[in-house]
Amino acid sequence: MLQINNLHARIEEQNILKGVDLTVSAGEVHAIMGPNGSGKSTLASVLAGREEFEVTDGNVLYQGQDLLEMEPDERALEGVFLAFQYPVELPGVSMNNFLRQALNQQREYRGEEPLSAGAFLKRMKACAALVDLDPQLMSRAVNDGFSGGEKKRNEIFQLAMLEPRLAIMDETDSGLDIDALRTVADGVNALRRNDRSFVVITHYQRLLDYIIPDTVHVMVDGRIVRSGGKELALDLEKKGYDWIREETVAV
Amino acid sequence: MSNSDKTTSLEALFVDAFEAYAGNPPPANAPMPVNGLAPLNAMQGFRRQAIERFRELGIPSRKNEAWKYTHIPEALARGFAVSTGGSIPDPGAAETAQCALAGLDAHIVVLVNGRFASEHSLIGNLPEGVAISGLGTAASTHPDILRNHFGHYASWEEESFTALNTAFASDGLFVYVPKGKIIEKPIHVINLQKTNERLFLQPRHLLVFEENTQAKVIDTSCALTGDATFTNAVTETFVGERAMVEMYLVQDPGNDNAVVSTTHVYQETASTFTATTVTLTGAVVRNNLNVLPNAPHCETHLYGLFLPGGATQVDNRTLVDHAQPDCVSNELYKGVLNGRASGVFNGKVFVRQDAQRINAFQENKTIVLTNEATMNAKPELEIYADDVKCSHGATTGQLDPEALFYLRSRGMTKQQAQGMLLHAFAGDILNRISIEPLRRMLDERVTRLFGE
Ligand SMILES: Nc1ncnc2c1ncn2[C@@H]1O[C@H](COP(=O)(O)OP(=O)(O)OP(=O)(O)O)[C@@H](O)[C@H]1O
Ligand SMILES: [Mg+2]
Repeated sequence: MLQINNLHARIEEQNILKGVDLTVSAGEVHAIMGPNGSGKSTLASVLAGREEFEVTDGNVLYQGQDLLEMEPDERALEGVFLAFQYPVELPGVSMNNFLRQALNQQREYRGEEPLSAGAFLKRMKACAALVDLDPQLMSRAVNDGFSGGEKKRNEIFQLAMLEPRLAIMDETDSGLDIDALRTVADGVNALRRNDRSFVVITHYQRLLDYIIPDTVHVMVDGRIVRSGGKELALDLEKKGYDWIREETVAV
Repeated sequence: MSNSDKTTSLEALFVDAFEAYAGNPPPANAPMPVNGLAPLNAMQGFRRQAIERFRELGIPSRKNEAWKYTHIPEALARGFAVSTGGSIPDPGAAETAQCALAGLDAHIVVLVNGRFASEHSLIGNLPEGVAISGLGTAASTHPDILRNHFGHYASWEEESFTALNTAFASDGLFVYVPKGKIIEKPIHVINLQKTNERLFLQPRHLLVFEENTQAKVIDTSCALTGDATFTNAVTETFVGERAMVEMYLVQDPGNDNAVVSTTHVYQETASTFTATTVTLTGAVVRNNLNVLPNAPHCETHLYGLFLPGGATQVDNRTLVDHAQPDCVSNELYKGVLNGRASGVFNGKVFVRQDAQRINAFQENKTIVLTNEATMNAKPELEIYADDVKCSHGATTGQLDPEALFYLRSRGMTKQQAQGMLLHAFAGDILNRISIEPLRRMLDERVTRLFGE
């Protein structure tokens, strides 16, 4: 599904990613943890195609294609989805119109007819229910004045609507209360499929109690310095990142 | 030829035209000059003073700070014949119909080259005492109203284009709504243009809304013309006590035609006036919107949306002169500049010494889509009272790259994402339009311009 090799990226002369290697197979869930500023969101942004970042070395294969050659919208149409750490407010852009456009864009790409108004509405309701997102929000502008939790749910709601192949979730758990976390995690679990992979960026082991990862990676200073099973997350929770940093330096 | 020679010859064109017009009996079918009519003797001499004043003030050049970015002499240099009447060309029913707004049930007034065309107008039934007609007609049907209002608000002593219009004023829209009357349907004025020669047009509008009246007026342009026009329009609006008036000016003259539109609004106690100015095309478009809330408890809302592309120049100049206390004014102008377009926003708010407890807000936001397009924004507040709440601001920039990326990450092309954001940006103004067929038409225009 996804194969990242020796990925280097920078912004404004500052090197952020310094050789990331990561392979995600179809149907797997990978968690990425790591201290603030280590480059997790940068990796997510580079995968989604944010142009501000300059890739200086390495490559990314996605379903056998060169991902870095593709425009952000092309990536989305090919099934890459990023749930933003900080979802953007779009005053004046109605949720309804936004979702319809996004969905029809996907359908057109796959050679499908646009959804009828009725089918669209039904789908929207089902997906909103999945993450317990207030249907009232559909008549508002995208993220405009949404609470922190509503914004996060909205990301996973969109994930459900757009049915990607590779979903990258950047700190979806931050800002969610304990009940909401469970709801959203259940929603994500319901979306798990053999041909859909997840990259879950988080600071908290708690999320991984609900969304059980196949592999946990630790990113420090622009590199994945350690990978392991889900127990790695528990170790990190207990001991923090310093022991990994020390070990890395020692190596 | 030096610049000053050129300017002199431009003014001479108008002065000569005036002499020919004022000195000779008007041609058959031409309206009499409004302020030369017998019942309006009080105004005799008025137009001669006006042309004299115009000669002194001259056509504003770039050296004039207030006209720095709007190149009037260049626009006039193409040469225009000054229209002083004559017979009205028949635009044809089919062509006129195409200038109507789909789905709008309105009192329709058609002006052809600034002249009231009764045979194309569909004024329909009006409440008793209400008059909607040509200004030329009104000079004989409503001489008292003209005497009390015409020329009282538009200061021809200070503005060269107002002086020029005043010198030639003969026809345009006349609306009179007497005390207590409510006009349910909007009044739709279609400014139709049809000419085979370059024509300088000077419609003059007078709208009088007495106390406790309500009305909505839409002014649209519809160019069927084969040749270019330069329109110098002046509108005087009187808003009586507790009257509620909404005016919509939709400027879409085509990119060959120039417009200078000057509006003066006079508000009485506790009246509410809302103006929405939408500019879509034009060679040069200059709007002077001046509001004088000259009594307490007035409410004034000024909205603007300008979406020029090509080489269009759009210059919006507003003035709200708070001379009296306890009033509110709220102003929002938004623009999207494409191509080599240039935009100007100059919003002045005066709060005079005795005008306490004024709330005045003003904002201008412009998105510049290309490197060639330019925007000059200058909000100005001059406050002489101490107990006031005022704010102003202007931002000019590009679309938010974060927002663009968010949309693209959901599968929308750059173009679609941009369109969606621009549509939302313009929607801020469009969604305030209370006349649904007008809002829908403009929304469709914006969609065509930018996408969904
Ligand atoms: N647009 C930018 N301009 C300059 N520096 C940036 C930009 N975006 C990110 N950085 C820098 O890159 C580094 C990595 O940031 P990134 O957001 O990827 O970290 P993160 O691992 O997601 O952190 P967190 O856990 O706090 O979300 C930081 O030092 C950050 O300041
Ligand atoms: Mg981050």
